[in-house]
Amino acid sequence: MRNLFKIALRNLRRFKRRSALTISLIAFGVLFVLVFVAVTASIKDFMIAQITDSYLGALQIHRGGYVASIESLPLNLNLTPAAVSQIEKTLAGIQEIEAYSERIKFGALFSNFTETTNIRINGVYPEKECAALPQMLSRISEGEKCVRALEKGKILVPKLLAQGFGAKVGDTVVVVATNKDGSVNGKTFLVSGILESATGPGGRDGYINFDDAKEILRISGKDVSEIVVRVKSLARVEEVAQSIRDGLGLGEKKQKGGGIEVHTWSQLSPFANIANMIDLMTLFIKLMLIAIVLISILNVMIMAVYERVREIGTIAAIGTLPSKILSLFLVEGFCLGLTGAIVGVCFGLGVIFALNLSKITFNFGQATGLVLAPTIAPMELVTASLMVIIVSVLASLQPAYKASRMEPIDALRHI
Amino acid sequence: MSLIAAQNLSKTYATDSVEVKAVQSVSFEIKAGSFLCFVGPSGSGKTTLLNLIGCLDKPSNGSLEVAGVDVLHLDRKAAAAFRGENIGFVFQSFNLMPVLTAFENIEYPLVMVQNKPPESRRARVLELLEAVGMSDQKSKFPEQLSGGQKQRIAIARALVTQPKLVLADEPTANLDHETAYTIIRLMKKMRDDLNTTFIFSTHDTRIIGEAEIVCTLEDGKLVRCEGTHA
Repeated sequence: MRNLFKIALRNLRRFKRRSALTISLIAFGVLFVLVFVAVTASIKDFMIAQITDSYLGALQIHRGGYVASIESLPLNLNLTPAAVSQIEKTLAGIQEIEAYSERIKFGALFSNFTETTNIRINGVYPEKECAALPQMLSRISEGEKCVRALEKGKILVPKLLAQGFGAKVGDTVVVVATNKDGSVNGKTFLVSGILESATGPGGRDGYINFDDAKEILRISGKDVSEIVVRVKSLARVEEVAQSIRDGLGLGEKKQKGGGIEVHTWSQLSPFANIANMIDLMTLFIKLMLIAIVLISILNVMIMAVYERVREIGTIAAIGTLPSKILSLFLVEGFCLGLTGAIVGVCFGLGVIFALNLSKITFNFGQATGLVLAPTIAPMELVTASLMVIIVSVLASLQPAYKASRMEPIDALRHI
Repeated sequence: MSLIAAQNLSKTYATDSVEVKAVQSVSFEIKAGSFLCFVGPSGSGKTTLLNLIGCLDKPSNGSLEVAGVDVLHLDRKAAAAFRGENIGFVFQSFNLMPVLTAFENIEYPLVMVQNKPPESRRARVLELLEAVGMSDQKSKFPEQLSGGQKQRIAIARALVTQPKLVLADEPTANLDHETAYTIIRLMKKMRDDLNTTFIFSTHDTRIIGEAEIVCTLEDGKLVRCEGTHA
């Protein structure tokens, strides 16, 4: 094997310019893929973090059927106190969960005493909500910060609503709602802060204290519309969701019917489709890399065989077995791919490091000045390198096979 | 005992509508240890006959045994293995691997054909380098060597596997007269030292005298064989 590599490497060195060109083409492809993967992954992670940490959570738990009719915010589909207690016990037993927050959601009328509009109210426990959604703080553009802004008697008003009504921090507003028995009740609130939307204009979600929500809805027990869960690692969210389902004893049947439903952020947010599109783009970029490697290696190996027909004839004549001739050319393709991958990975890491140093900023929704911090997982490096090496060997297969099938007498006659 | 036995050996090439009878009903026996030369004008069938003996080509008719093996029925892989074990080749254009040094070129068949261990390889290659007078050139690449030096290396490569037979097709055609003599004498010396059968072809009348047996081919037919061991 050592001798195969020695001969292959010397043959590559023999055609320096061609080998260098092929290696640089492969290296450029690898570099491009790695930088693209790192940058898009960084932007995607930012976006997902922005969504999950500012309003959605990594996953949410509802009563069966609630999500399907979430637009009407049905109070009769709230989780019962018994179910909430069971869920809390389950969540407490799962290490991967960092925090969770119970919410009661309902539709209400929002009035500043001169005008009235509808609003979607989220009754939350301030400490729990701010722990489960750490980016919530950054959404409060004016007024008090997270926990204080959600003390009893205070309301966080969505920005567009505040602008439309001319509501300012310190103003008094009224929230009127109908409870599940049909009784109407209202309560005055002090505007404690203006809440920016997480992803852009729009959004009618206002936040009040859970106890205030109970008071408006005249609930004595712990009715909860949803439980928002924050996990330690977003990458393991599916695993955590399954652990919760297992902990709650939810089978496939219960998931679809009544009982309790556990949804990950990707099942709840349309942004998951954008994230999937980013993944798809990454896949296409990887396919382009495969094409680059395939064409360049195939081209160079066809040339290598064509230029060395007499040499192939000579080694075949002196008794080299066809399998060994095949190996000689496969090893050459392997060496080209390996070198290209190593060079590409080195330069790729260099470019990623330089991008981190240059601190490029971008905006997402209301969040501005986010610093681009591209990172690449070691597994991505291994995958890209292996992909290049495997494709290189596969691309060498046809020329190598052709070389191994040459009749020595014909090859020796070749001019 | 004969090393090579050919009976009514024929080779016909068909090109479009023309049939070329390169070798026609040739029969001969060659004893082990012979130093034999096929002579004849261009197109007389020398190269074709050497290719048939060397299992590089298959005859259209006849039978051929080399080292006791009916070589006509060997498939590609078996023929390659047979050549690797029994036959050494010396080519007109030397055909050394340009990326390997003189030492590595001689070593090549032991590594890639016979898979010999490094210790025995080294000793054998050094021995042959000494025998062909190229010990001091062992680290040079073919492009750094003269034609005569390249052919010495080629002879050493042909002998390194201790074959029963060495076939050399016009081994002196690309060499000047003096070097050609030197190469033929070297081949003869190697035959004397190792008792390896040497068969070569040439149309250079000046070196024919060095052969012990001279077989003349004309239009694909073996006209006569003359010499001390004929």
